[in-house]
Order: sequence, then C-alpha cells, then structure tokens
Amino acid sequence: MIGTGKIKQYANVLDKPLGKGKQEVSLSAFAFLFSELVQYNQTEVDNISELETRLEDAGYAVGARVLELLCHRDKGNRRETRLLGILSFVHSTVWKVLFGKVADSLEKGTEQEDEYMISEKELLVNRFISIPKDMGTFHCGAFVAGIVKGVLENAGFPAVVTAHFVPVEGQQRPRTTILIKFAEEVILGWPMSMLCNSGKEAVNFSGYWYGIKDYCNKCS
Amino acid sequence: MPPAAPRSGDAIFASVERVNAELFTLTYGAIVRQLLTDLEEVEEVNKQLDQMGYNIGIRLIDEFLAKSNVSRCVDFKETAEMIAKVGFKMFLGVTASVMNWDADGTCCSIVLEDNPLVDFVELPDTCQGLYYCNILSGVIRGALEMVAMKTEVTWIRDMLRGDDAYELQVKLLKQVPEEYPYKDDE
Repeated sequence: MIGTGKIKQYANVLDKPLGKGKQEVSLSAFAFLFSELVQYNQTEVDNISELETRLEDAGYAVGARVLELLCHRDKGNRRETRLLGILSFVHSTVWKVLFGKVADSLEKGTEQEDEYMISEKELLVNRFISIPKDMGTFHCGAFVAGIVKGVLENAGFPAVVTAHFVPVEGQQRPRTTILIKFAEEVILGWPMSMLCNSGKEAVNFSGYWYGIKDYCNKCS
Repeated sequence: MPPAAPRSGDAIFASVERVNAELFTLTYGAIVRQLLTDLEEVEEVNKQLDQMGYNIGIRLIDEFLAKSNVSRCVDFKETAEMIAKVGFKMFLGVTASVMNWDADGTCCSIVLEDNPLVDFVELPDTCQGLYYCNILSGVIRGALEMVAMKTEVTWIRDMLRGDDAYELQVKLLKQVPEEYPYKDDE
C-alpha cells in the first residue's frame, strides 16, 4: 500500500509505548540543530548573560523531561530523594543516556558546603563550537547546565547551575565544569512539603514553614 | 586514482559518530517551544523553523557530498532517491521512500517511515496550524539550492495532524544553470 510506513498510529501519545532509548541520529544532525538554537537565540538578546539564560531555559525544558522519562523507564517510577543519590543519577544515568558516557568526574566543592561540580573534558555540545574573542566568557554549556538544573529542580532539589571553562595544564582545550550550587533548604534538609494543623499543605517563605502551628495563609 | 565508489546510507550512518535520538528529539522540542513563546503566531513559527532548516541545509549538503561520494545525479528522480535513501539515513538514521511522481518527473513525495523529531510530541489545540517538522522541509530546500535546484517543499501529510504518515512534497521549480563566480582571465 502506498504511504503506509511502519509507524503505527496512536490516538493518544500516552498510549504509545516508551522506546528503549537505543535509537540514534548522527552527531552532525544534533550539532546542526544545536548551532541553530544558539544562532536563533543570539538574535533575541543584547548581551552574553541573556544568551546564556535563554540557552539554560531551553536546557531546563530538556532536563525536566529527561528526569520524567528516565524515572519511568529505568527506575520503575521511583526517583532519588537523597542529595547524593540524585547527584550520582545526573552524573551517571542522565549523562550516559544523553551523551553516551558517564561524566568524567563528580566532586564536592572544597570551600562551600553547598557546591558540587561535574566536570567533562570535552562536552558534547561544545564539539564543533569555537567562541569568538568578542564573546568573552560565553559558554554553550549553559544548555547542559540547564539540563542539570531541570533534572535537579524537578526532583525537588532547587539549585543554581552554571557552566565554566577551566584551563588544564598541558591541554589546548580547557575542560568544562558544571557548577551546582544548591538552594539553602536542600542543604539544611528541609522537607519538600508539610501539612498544617488543618491538614492543608503549608507554605514555605524563604526557608520558614508557615502554617505548621500558628499561621497558615491557606487556612486563615 | 578512480573516484571512490558511492556509499550506501547505512554504511555512512554506521561509520559516523552518533548521539542518542532522545537528546535530539528533546532539544528540537525545546527549540519549537521557545519559538512558540517568542513569536506567538503559529504561522511565524512555521516560517522560522523553515528558515532554520534552510540554514542547516546549505551547510549540510557539503557534509553529504563529502561523505557519500555520490556523483552528479542524472535527473531529479535520482536526486529524490538520494535524499530519501542516503540523506535521511546518514543524518537521522531513518529511511524514506519516494513516490507519487507526476508525469514530467519534477514533483514527487518523500514519505518518512520513521521520524525521530516527533517522539513524545502531541500538538495542543492552540497549535493546530503548526507544521512541527517544518525544519525538515527547510533542510531539503536549502541543500538542493546549493546544488543548483530551486525547489518548493510542502507537507502533504503529518501524523501529528491526524494523517497516517509523514509526507513531504518536493517540487522542482527550476534548475539554475551553473555559473562560476569568476572569469577565466581574472
């Protein structure tokens, strides 16, 4: 029959079985697409930091979906609830699925309690990228930082994530470090949500739980 | 040295570096979503996606020619077959088929058997006019323009819009005679 390929049609996208994630496309196809993403966003901004923010937003959308996808497919609908658990999930599982390899390293910041770093010698998205001199510290890894942020935040670990070049001695190309700085409540170990006296969900204002005992802006 | 023999799409795809299709799919989804937020009008998004595809196409043709070793196609029929069998395969890892030729051989359909752009995708009611894969038509148009063929590429069927396949119509508008940008005596 003309025009009937092997794709089956589903009335609803949710009825479609999740693929195994083994399908591949060529690296150049991705590189072309990524370069269009960067170029398009360049036309929409006035400065480097806005450009990085927009790339991060695009990555965030990817990260949120990757978390959901991997939790369904690989982890039997469970997700990590511990800090180190989610970090190693990003470093190993997410990296392996997206970039075909585990990230080169995951370290804890030496000076700050709330900082962690994922380092990669050559980030996949940077492969065909060279930064013009006048763009200074711009790093396309902002997209990957956004992915990491998307995964962490949607798993309940809000964080500020940034990408940086770190020069390595004896190497021409600097390596990339994704710096993760967790929000205060993550480090202090506050619960994600609480119930107030009348059984409604309490509200968290800048780290303090309102509504647990005396005040709840949902009840009063 | 004789020219190297043309390579099949499968052989090229097996030899190039590859990435997970989900990264590709989700990144494309992020782009489309960004465009929808920025441009608001679905029509404008279609246009921008086509433009992005065109930008890709005019660069992608170089890689295509370098890696596939194909020689000049004798007619538009062969060109279409090359796009479907070699082009789609080497970049996206999928095959397409060519059908529905018109009588004078200048218009045909490329039907995709598999489409890595649309995994996880469903069009909401607000985006019914969106040609989600419009980037592909731009790529074909851009690439063919670089080998001196002006084409018009339009979507005939789109599964996201409820059709039973993805079908692109490629229409050859005119073949631009080859011109050298310089004169011999200069």
